[in-house]
Amino acid sequence: MLAQIIFYALAALTVGSSALVAFSRNIVHSTFALLGAFMGVVGIYILLAADFVAMVQLLVYVGGILVLTLFAVMLTAGIADVTVSNRAVGSGSALVTVGVAISVMLYAVVRTPWHQGTVVVPSQTTYGIGNAFLGEYVLPFEVASLVLLAALIGAIVISRHEVRE
Amino acid sequence: MGGGITLDHFLVLSLIIFGLGLFTVLTRRNAIGILMGIELILNSANINYLAFAFYGGGKYDGQIFAIFVIMLAAAEAVIGLAVVLAIYQNFKTIDVDATETLSG
Repeated sequence: MLAQIIFYALAALTVGSSALVAFSRNIVHSTFALLGAFMGVVGIYILLAADFVAMVQLLVYVGGILVLTLFAVMLTAGIADVTVSNRAVGSGSALVTVGVAISVMLYAVVRTPWHQGTVVVPSQTTYGIGNAFLGEYVLPFEVASLVLLAALIGAIVISRHEVRE
Repeated sequence: MGGGITLDHFLVLSLIIFGLGLFTVLTRRNAIGILMGIELILNSANINYLAFAFYGGGKYDGQIFAIFVIMLAAAEAVIGLAVVLAIYQNFKTIDVDATETLSG
């Protein structure tokens, strides 16, 4: 019963904030609503016994991506003008597309007899994830660091001012 | 999990978030708004990964995939916002309909 209340509270927070992101007329409101969506998702992760992933989400999304997005929003002009800042076009056709996609996937979710394994008692996951990263998943882990390095250099190259000699 | 929360609950929740993210991507004309929609879609995918990991016997594979998705989302956000700021320097707007120099 308690788990149910917590789940529905977190789901309401996440869905409500996501709806605000999707429908707000002001890009600044959208950005701050994104905070609620990310925090709700952090709660969902904790509910799913993924404590390490939840903390990574909190650090990377809320502490990194959200702040970065807020910077980008503030650095680009025209945010004060509500009519220009977050213009939305084609809501009708978008609603149809989203409706069709959602219906197909909902049908698949409801009709599939999901195999449910034995539900484990939630325990600390950091130890196991660390072992998996340096054991079975060591190659993807190293490739990931390469991707991050490339992203870092790419961002610097794109955003720097060109100095002509 | 006790209290009658099943896998379907999480799948439907992530489906709703995915729908809202897709709507954001399709309708926004602000480039940063489109990036926000992508973040929502990636979050919904992560909820699916963790739900399947939890209800599938508690292996770590799903959680590791989720961490990789978060890592790629961070890289994508950095590059995307750098591109958006570069576009803003050239066009003085980030409306994706206004930046159509390449369209013939």
